[in-house]
Amino acid sequence: MAQRLRRYGRTLLSFWATSLEAELEYQLNLVIELLAVLGNLAGSLFVLVLLAGPSGQLGGWSWNSALVVLGIYTLLDGFTSCVLQPNLSKIVSHVQNGTLDFVLLKPIDSQFWLSTRSFSPWGLPGVIAGLALIGWALVHNGEALSAGGMALAVALLVAGGLILYSLWFLLAGLSIWFVKVWNATEVLRYTLVAGRYPISAYPPALRLVFTLVLPVAFLTTVPAEALLGRASAAWALGSLAAAAISLVGTRLFWQFALRHYTSASS
Amino acid sequence: MAHRNGLKPVQRALRIAAALLSSQYAYMLEYRAEIALWALSGVLPLIMLAVWQGSAGAAAAGLNPQGLGRYFLAAFVVRQFSVVWLIHVFEEDALQGKLSPQLLQPLQPLWRYLAAHVAEQATRVPFVALMLAAVLVLKPGLLWLPSAGQLLLGIVAIQAAFVLRFLLQTLVAMLCFWSERAAALDRLLLIPYLFLSGLVAPLESFPPAVRRLAECTPFPAMVSFPAKLLAGESVDVAGGFLNLALWCAVLFPLSRLLWQAGVRRYSAMGA
Repeated sequence: MAQRLRRYGRTLLSFWATSLEAELEYQLNLVIELLAVLGNLAGSLFVLVLLAGPSGQLGGWSWNSALVVLGIYTLLDGFTSCVLQPNLSKIVSHVQNGTLDFVLLKPIDSQFWLSTRSFSPWGLPGVIAGLALIGWALVHNGEALSAGGMALAVALLVAGGLILYSLWFLLAGLSIWFVKVWNATEVLRYTLVAGRYPISAYPPALRLVFTLVLPVAFLTTVPAEALLGRASAAWALGSLAAAAISLVGTRLFWQFALRHYTSASS
Repeated sequence: MAHRNGLKPVQRALRIAAALLSSQYAYMLEYRAEIALWALSGVLPLIMLAVWQGSAGAAAAGLNPQGLGRYFLAAFVVRQFSVVWLIHVFEEDALQGKLSPQLLQPLQPLWRYLAAHVAEQATRVPFVALMLAAVLVLKPGLLWLPSAGQLLLGIVAIQAAFVLRFLLQTLVAMLCFWSERAAALDRLLLIPYLFLSGLVAPLESFPPAVRRLAECTPFPAMVSFPAKLLAGESVDVAGGFLNLALWCAVLFPLSRLLWQAGVRRYSAMGA
C-alpha cells in the first residue's frame, strides 16, 4: 500500500512538472489571469457593497463574515481553474476521439490519470487572492480561532473541494453516454456562482436547493462558518458525510461508466 | 458581377441571407442538446434576483420587489438572446486554417458567423420559454405582460445590443491574426460587461459617480437599456437607441480596418 502511494505520488509530481513546463510557454497568460482575478474580485466586492447597503449586512452576515464566503468562493474557483477544468473538461474529447482507450491501457488507475494529468498554473492567482481575502477578513473580524477550530475549518474546506471535484467528475463522466453534453460542466460553473454569498441570503426554497440538489452551501457557507468559529456540529457532520458519499459515488459511477464504454469505433 | 446572372444586389443579398440562415439553423438544430445547456448556464440574473430580493441594499436604493423581479427577468431574456461566442469559433478556425476556404468565397466570412449566431438564437427560443415558464410556475407574482409596443421596442433593442456585442467581440477576435490566445483577452472584456452592464445589479443601485462612469461605456446599452424597455420602466427610448447606434457607428469601421489588416497578415496554419 505504502509503495503504491509512493508510486502515485511520484507520478503526480511528474504529471504536474511536465504540464507546468508546457503552460509556462504562454507567459502573457499570467498577466491576463492576474488582471482577470483582480477585476472579478473588485466587481464582486462592488456588488457585495451594493447588496449590503448602508446596514453592511447580507442575510444576517456581517460585512467581514460575508467577505470570508467570497474569499472561499474565489479560492475554490482558482482550484477549479488549476486542476478540475484542465483535466475533467478533456474527458469528452477522449471519448470522442477514442483516446480513452489509451488511458485505460495504462498501468495506472484511469480515474486518477483523468483527474490529475494536467495542472494549470493560471488558477493560482485566484487561489492566492482567495486566501488573502479570507485572511484579511478574519483578522478584521477580530475573533481568534482555536487550533481545533482551525483544523475543523480546513477539514471542511477540503470536504468542499472534494464535493466540487465529484460534481465535476460526474458531469464530465456523463459524456461516456452523451457526447453532446460536453458543456454541462460550464453550466455547473455558472450556477456555482451562487456560492459567492452566504446561503442565508437566499429565499428559503432556494436554500433547500442549494443544500440538497446543488450543494453550494457545503462549498462556501459551511467552511466559512467554521473559520468564523461558529460551526454547527450538524452542518459539519453533514458536509463531511456528503464529501465521503460523493467521493465513493464517483468511484462507483466511474466503474459503472466503464462497463458501458464501447470505444469510439463501435 | 452581381448583375451577371440577372440578380439585383438586394435580391442577391436576400438570397444569400436566406441560404445562410436556413443552413445554419439546420446545423444548430443538430446541436440542440448543447444549446439547451448553454441556455441553462445563463441563470446568473435569476440567482442575482434571489439575492437582491432579500437584501438590505435593494430597499436602500429605493427598488421595490416587483420592479426588481421584472428587471432581472427581463435581463435574463436579454442575456439569452445577446450571447456572442464568435471569438471561440474564430480562434479555432484561424489557428487550424479553416478560414482559408472561406476567404476564397465572394462573401465576407464574418457574415457566416453572424448568421450562425442568429440561428442559434432561434434554436434557443423554446428552451428560454421553458425556463421562463418554470420560473413563473414557482413565482407567479413575477408575471407581467408588456404592451405590444414595449415588446416590439424591446426585441429591437435586444437585437441592437446583440449587434453591438458582436462588433465589440469582432474587434478582439481580429487579434487572433496576431496572437494565438486572443480568447483569453475576451475574458478580460467579460468583466466590465458583467459588472457594469446591469446584469448583476440594476444601475439605479450604483453610487452616482460609478453610474456616470458606467454610462460612459457601451456596457449598459447591452443589458440595462433593453431590459428596462421590456420591464416597462420609464426610459429615454430615443436616447437609448441613439447611444446604441453611436457605439455601433464607432466600432463598425474599426472592425473593418482590423479585419483588412489582419487578413493581410494571415498566412493560415504552419506558415
